[in-house]
Amino acid sequence: MTDDATGRLDVRKTYKLFVGGAFPRSESGRTYEVTAADGTFLANAAKASRKDARDAVLAARKGFGAWSAATAYNRGQVLYRIAEVMEGRRAQFIADVLAAEGGTAASAASQVDAAIDRWVWYAGWTDKIAQVLGSANPVAGPYFNFSIPEPTGVVVAVAPQDSSLLGLISVIGPAVVSGNAVIVIASTERPLPAITLTEALATSDVPGGVINVLTGDPAEMMPWLATHADVNAIDLAGITDPELAVSLEREAAGTVKRVRRPAAGMDWSAEPDLSPIRAFVETKTVWHPMGA
Amino acid sequence: MSVPHALPDTSPASLRAFLLGLPGVDEVGAASRTAMLGTRSIKNETKAWAIDTAIGMVDLTTLEGMDTIGKVRALCSKALRPDPTDPTTPSVAAVCVYGDLAGIAREAVGDALHVAAVATAFPSGRASLDVKLMDTKEAVAAGADEIDMVIDRGAFLSGEYARVFDEIVAVKQACGPAHLKVILETGELRTLDNVRRASWLAMLAGADFIKTSTGKVTPAATLPVTLVMLEAVRDFEAATGQRIGVKAAGGIRTSKDAIKYLVLVKETVGEAWLTPDLFRFGASTLLNDLLLQRQRIATGHYSGPDYVTID
Repeated sequence: MTDDATGRLDVRKTYKLFVGGAFPRSESGRTYEVTAADGTFLANAAKASRKDARDAVLAARKGFGAWSAATAYNRGQVLYRIAEVMEGRRAQFIADVLAAEGGTAASAASQVDAAIDRWVWYAGWTDKIAQVLGSANPVAGPYFNFSIPEPTGVVVAVAPQDSSLLGLISVIGPAVVSGNAVIVIASTERPLPAITLTEALATSDVPGGVINVLTGDPAEMMPWLATHADVNAIDLAGITDPELAVSLEREAAGTVKRVRRPAAGMDWSAEPDLSPIRAFVETKTVWHPMGA
Repeated sequence: MSVPHALPDTSPASLRAFLLGLPGVDEVGAASRTAMLGTRSIKNETKAWAIDTAIGMVDLTTLEGMDTIGKVRALCSKALRPDPTDPTTPSVAAVCVYGDLAGIAREAVGDALHVAAVATAFPSGRASLDVKLMDTKEAVAAGADEIDMVIDRGAFLSGEYARVFDEIVAVKQACGPAHLKVILETGELRTLDNVRRASWLAMLAGADFIKTSTGKVTPAATLPVTLVMLEAVRDFEAATGQRIGVKAAGGIRTSKDAIKYLVLVKETVGEAWLTPDLFRFGASTLLNDLLLQRQRIATGHYSGPDYVTID
């Protein structure tokens, strides 16, 4: 197929998943068509299966070790670097958001700017969470007593279906700042901003497995992930079917997972706060003898 | 490969002529056949059977310089009851330890399991014959009923087949009633032709099992190497009527890999070999993955490393 205006051959795109820092095809070999808000064909995206989800959990568990052990300062630098790479791809993100969500170029640009700003905001939190969410507790004995937030482990997040970039950043950011590894299932009908993000991630310093992006149908993968014994928390932001959300919450209880379920119709452009970060940390309390 | 017309007599010249007269191995063919067998689709009930069969074939192994008595005892209790949360889980076939820890292992497992000890200056095999024989006898006296010996790869590669042969014969004698597994260390033999020769050499010298690797050299067990060894075992049975076992050791870490080996065994030597008496996996991390897959089938959801022991 040739573009009429330029005479160039079309470069047709079939995107892949982002798991463990690599770009594998879906194990199932399936893809689905991604169309723009106005219905024109944009690209093919991989349709991940439950086995891809399982592989992503393995990759995330591997990524969690080093990421959670890295210093908070180092995590902040790595996350800030992602914002730098995103800034360099600003035009591509704007085009992706515009194609996916429609509207005006100006509204797409403001969403991309807000997404990058939010990423910077989260990057700044890595070495401040412990001060704000942690505490030094008064106890009746010769002990120092500290409570410290620690990452919960592997977090599976379903990205919001409507807000394809800002919403996506708003579920990945709070999970990774504290040292969790995350598997995010991109918006089913609007996955291209998430795919562009994976290309930014692959060229930044974030270790493989820390952020994994699957595309496809969350209703197919989530029951397997909600019951997966090696997943520690799930974020149901992008589950629009309330019955499915309830059944996932129930299944997650079988292995005592943390579950975050933002209210339906959440405004992703609103100022973020600490509650999503707090949702994916465990508080460790340490008693330490004072000596003397 | 066709069955050799005549087995060699005990003279070095005859042995040499026999080994060098074995037909060559088609490396590309071996790789493509194993790759093809690896694509078999295994249905759920079959998978459940295969996982239990594979667990029953594991030689649960710890061969580290930092092994302690406590570690060996922990390994033994895991070998007896791999998954304490599910009493239907079968025990493994054996525990495999260094010779000096064989006594500890025997004490811990009683008569319930085999105790395999590596001997003959494992893993390099670089010691005098007297030292190797002493090593073997001590392990047997301590309670090992299976001895995993290494061949002298240096001698084999320089063509001194008779020396390797005599060494295996001597170690076999030192084993007494214990079963002898001969480790070929295929990662150091370079070619599949050599693997075929070494397999025949070990079987002619009296091995009860032939084993791929020590686990200390990469590549360790691979499917093509195991295919060649299984073919040698099959041809040896046709020639002598004796059934020799095969142990694939090192580098097999997932249930998927293990099942590929079971398919290979069934398709090469037949179902008669799908028993711990004739096929084993030498592994340490494989068992945990088998247990995770077993839990996955039992519970219907994916399990995680928090639900098996850390070794």
